[in-house]
Amino acid sequence: MLRLEPRAEPSRVMALASPLLALALTVVAGALLFALLGKDPFRGLEMFLVEPLRGGRALGELSIKATPLVLVALGLCVCFRSNVWNIGAEGQFILGSVFASGVALRATPSSGAGLFVLVLLAGMLGGMAWGGLVAWLRDRFNANEILVSLMLVYVAEQILSYLVYGPWKDPHGYNFPQTATFLAPARVPLLLEGSRANFGLPLALLLTGAFWLFLYRTHAGYKLEVGGLAPLAARYAGFSSRSALWTAFLVSGGMAGLAGALEVAGPVAQLTTHVPLGYGFAAIIVAFVGRLNPLGVVFAAVLMSMFYIGGEMSQSRLGLPKSLTGVFQGLLLFALLACDTLITSRFRYASRRPAIPGG
Amino acid sequence: MHLDAVALLLAASVNSGTALALAALGLLVNERSGVLNLGAEGLMLVAAVAGFATAVHTHSEVLALCAGAAAAATLSLVFALLVVGLHTNQYATGLALSLFGSGFSAFVGVPYTQETLADRAPHVVPGLSKLPVLGPLLFSFHPVVYLTVLLALGLSWFLFRSKRGLVLRAVGESPESAHALGYPVRRIRVLAVVAGGALCGLAGAYISVVYTPLWVEDLVAGKGWIALALTTFATWRPARVLLGAYLFGGVTMLELHLQGEGVDLPVQLLTMLPYVATIVVLVLIARNPDWIRANMPASLGKPFYPS
Amino acid sequence: MLRLELVDISKQYPGVRANDGVCLRVEPGQIHAVLGENGAGKSTLMKIIYGVTQPDSGQIRWDGRPVSIGSPVQARALGIAMVFQHFSLFETLSVAENVWLGLASEPSLDAVRDRIRQVTGEYGLELEPERPVHSLSVGERQRVEIVRALLTQPSLLILDEPTSVLTPQAIDKLFVTLRKLAASGCSILYISHKLEEIRALCHHATVLRGGRVTGEVEPSAASNADLSRLMLGGEPPRLERRARAPGEPALELKSLALPRSGLYGTPLVGLDLTVRAGEIVGVAGVSGNGQRELFAALSGEQLRGATGSITLFGEDITRAPPRRRRALGLRLVPEERLGRATVTTLSLSENTLLTRTEAVRRSGFLDRLGLAALTQKLIGHFNVKARGPRATAQSLSGGNLQKFIVGREIDAKPRFLVVAQPTWGVDVGAASQIRAELVRLRDAGCGLLVMSEELDELLELSDFLVVMAGGRLSPRIATADAEAQQLGEWMSGLWPEAPNDGAGAQHAQA
Repeated sequence: MLRLEPRAEPSRVMALASPLLALALTVVAGALLFALLGKDPFRGLEMFLVEPLRGGRALGELSIKATPLVLVALGLCVCFRSNVWNIGAEGQFILGSVFASGVALRATPSSGAGLFVLVLLAGMLGGMAWGGLVAWLRDRFNANEILVSLMLVYVAEQILSYLVYGPWKDPHGYNFPQTATFLAPARVPLLLEGSRANFGLPLALLLTGAFWLFLYRTHAGYKLEVGGLAPLAARYAGFSSRSALWTAFLVSGGMAGLAGALEVAGPVAQLTTHVPLGYGFAAIIVAFVGRLNPLGVVFAAVLMSMFYIGGEMSQSRLGLPKSLTGVFQGLLLFALLACDTLITSRFRYASRRPAIPGG
Repeated sequence: MHLDAVALLLAASVNSGTALALAALGLLVNERSGVLNLGAEGLMLVAAVAGFATAVHTHSEVLALCAGAAAAATLSLVFALLVVGLHTNQYATGLALSLFGSGFSAFVGVPYTQETLADRAPHVVPGLSKLPVLGPLLFSFHPVVYLTVLLALGLSWFLFRSKRGLVLRAVGESPESAHALGYPVRRIRVLAVVAGGALCGLAGAYISVVYTPLWVEDLVAGKGWIALALTTFATWRPARVLLGAYLFGGVTMLELHLQGEGVDLPVQLLTMLPYVATIVVLVLIARNPDWIRANMPASLGKPFYPS
Repeated sequence: MLRLELVDISKQYPGVRANDGVCLRVEPGQIHAVLGENGAGKSTLMKIIYGVTQPDSGQIRWDGRPVSIGSPVQARALGIAMVFQHFSLFETLSVAENVWLGLASEPSLDAVRDRIRQVTGEYGLELEPERPVHSLSVGERQRVEIVRALLTQPSLLILDEPTSVLTPQAIDKLFVTLRKLAASGCSILYISHKLEEIRALCHHATVLRGGRVTGEVEPSAASNADLSRLMLGGEPPRLERRARAPGEPALELKSLALPRSGLYGTPLVGLDLTVRAGEIVGVAGVSGNGQRELFAALSGEQLRGATGSITLFGEDITRAPPRRRRALGLRLVPEERLGRATVTTLSLSENTLLTRTEAVRRSGFLDRLGLAALTQKLIGHFNVKARGPRATAQSLSGGNLQKFIVGREIDAKPRFLVVAQPTWGVDVGAASQIRAELVRLRDAGCGLLVMSEELDELLELSDFLVVMAGGRLSPRIATADAEAQQLGEWMSGLWPEAPNDGAGAQHAQA
């Protein structure tokens, strides 16, 4: 009989292998799913795992999706490592895009070329404000941050809707719920000709390094980790849970807001109701699959972006709905959580021998 | 306002609150055993699409509701096996369930977004529903509404007057002690999760099959999350859950009423109302942490390792 | 015919042979002690008898027949009942509901209430069926466990270290109940390491050491030296005590008062105490009388005292956060090793960083090499058996982890050290090393406050004693002048000049 028994020590090998194992399981499940839907499983998997990496242009598309995922997930790493559950990153993303648009819409053709920096900063502030609101409600009233941050996502969606249907609607936009297209100074500069990769990419990589240093090499990062692993030990040591709460929400809110600003001032170049793409939620998966480690987050973000692009391709080339992406992402997280058990436990064959001979 | 109008408004609140009540009752059963299920939203979405699809193909409301409950129960079983069997983090696994449910329901529901269900005669209790005031107020509901009330009463009795219910509460209070006394804690938790999940499923199917008979992506629009807040607000007591749900239903009705009256407020502000109300509720219930701790199943959210 | 017989029972765990060929013979109506130090294998043996775990080899005989006990349910079916050291109670439920849950058959709640009243009357146990368990004192909670066990009408009752939570008076009452039970034919297995109690109560004793039976004795006929030799393999190590002239006042509590925190806490009521440099003051008392709250007030985890009520070398630290207290030379060792004094899954290096900041550079970055070196020094100096600074806290045995924690704080050269339960659950060797370190620290001029449930340990370590009961502190007396009987009374709150309105005593009295 197969039994699960705890390991004496968490297995370092499994900590690294678990995401890979989870990916393998997801691939298998995905192949089955394709077969059930009457499509060639290999072709389907090719859409998701191979095509998104083929060629320079494809990689550019990948970076556009991966960058916001990396940014949001970096902030969520700080949160989850501190055991602060910010589920409303999507709402902070939206507020970031709103604040960024507010600044971007002020641009005139004669604005300085560096305006986009202000746009990004505004987005960061917007996300921080929205995240700070959750922190305040938790700090002052002890309100559950999971549900509050989530409710604020729905509120943020309504704020966005109000603005693009109302005061910010483009008068020349044929009555569509969207703002005017942003002028060049307000937009994020591209990196290369022929690719949509933009300034966000090096920014994300730079921030990845910064977050890694913060989390693993500073005293502040250590304090957050202890607060998340053992709150009693953190209190004994004198680490402030209040400052951990605020740090977590301001940092993750700011990062989500930055991602929102990048999205709206980058490829989309205007504010519409379609700006929120669910990155705030997908980033949760990225953070977990990346083991709450900035370096892992980069790989996980690339993987998840491949799923996004794969979903789009499946739609255009195989006639399958784009929401297939969501299925794969959810499966990946489930598989990861299941495989993670192998870090702290192992399977053993245990025979049911009689307790006492002759008994 | 005429008494009739008030009666109609109250009845509409009850109608609107029923889905929330069912989901919250399901979560209550979960949480009484000590398992926090953040996947309620995902369960409701999957159940909604399953129920709707069944209704489209079989034209049977009963089958559709059962299909929804069964779909959610199956997913809950997966959740339970992960959380109780493999000791995965309850928060993360619940989130995974919600995310998966959201994606899966969107995917499966694509062919059904333009469908409508056949019109059905309104459910009324014959004769009694013609009474003035009391008629629309008490006797014109869909059977599921009455079922919900019975369920709340039944759960109340079960939890506080039966030994099985006492065992469930004990498991939620201290699974270690229950285990030491010889109770099959993990089996009880799995049963609670599946049963609670089935109720969430019923709630989701009710929305797509009865309440607003249609399917669109994200039909449930956060009711699963609101149900989580509601369970805490009602301090894990079925009767209070029912009242709280109807109150929430009332808030939603107020929003529609105001829109209908042509009140000069942006429509988005009114749509925000239930979510802001939930935040207010979350602030209110947290004001006294000691009171919550006195009423909360003490092991809620914590994993249990049989030694 | 023997009620219970264990023949050659052995049990192996990874790395340790918990039971090695153990033989045990219990007669009907006999009060049989199982004696041994921490780590001797008593708990494992009881788990085997109660069906929680199965032996690797050997045989169990019940009333002469060989049996296999696969689960507690089977044990109960045979007629075995057990009162664990850590209670299996449900705080928010009533006494009657708790007892009901412990009964296999299903009479109604009313029937259970009646039977509770009957049993408590018969055995002189005071217990009200309707009270919620969270309102009961520790001693009363143990009574619930005992009543629960008695209602199953057992033929064998196992008690695992029952007196660690009782005052001396309550212990006497318990013994009355047990003698009555034994007289009615029920056998009793009494697990303990307290020699005086075993001598007072038990007919027969089996002594365990290192998983093996080292002897069987009639306790009344054996001397302490005999029993110690069987338990420890030799005379217990003696602590060197050097007389010292006391120094300046180090820690002063002036009317320290704290309201009740949370639902199940104990309020602190006007504590007054002075501890001088170069002396050890022991705080005796049964757990649950405010020790945790006092510790939290001293460590800075609890900051609600009135200003001026806690001073360290003259400086008011009542509202100071933990970092400031450490900077002033106050260090603490809490009673929970894993999860509070250390983080379970982190390495020893990372755990050093918890209270030591030498390896933190001014820029905020960590000096990881320096940290590893410091940790290695602690491991070497304090004899911690670990694989190295990278070993996780949970990979160490209780004794070694405690040595690390105590070492981490002592190495910081504190001017005052507060220690809670210094040797709880620690093997004999490590315990004596820790106690020696504490005395060495005192000799170097540090002041110490030691809170412990083990009166023997405090009598051995302390220069002066106070007793904590119901959130109040007794006057202090020199250890040389202390008597067990008097201390027992004080643990119930009955010391001179105390407002004896019974309010404080109620909580302590069991």
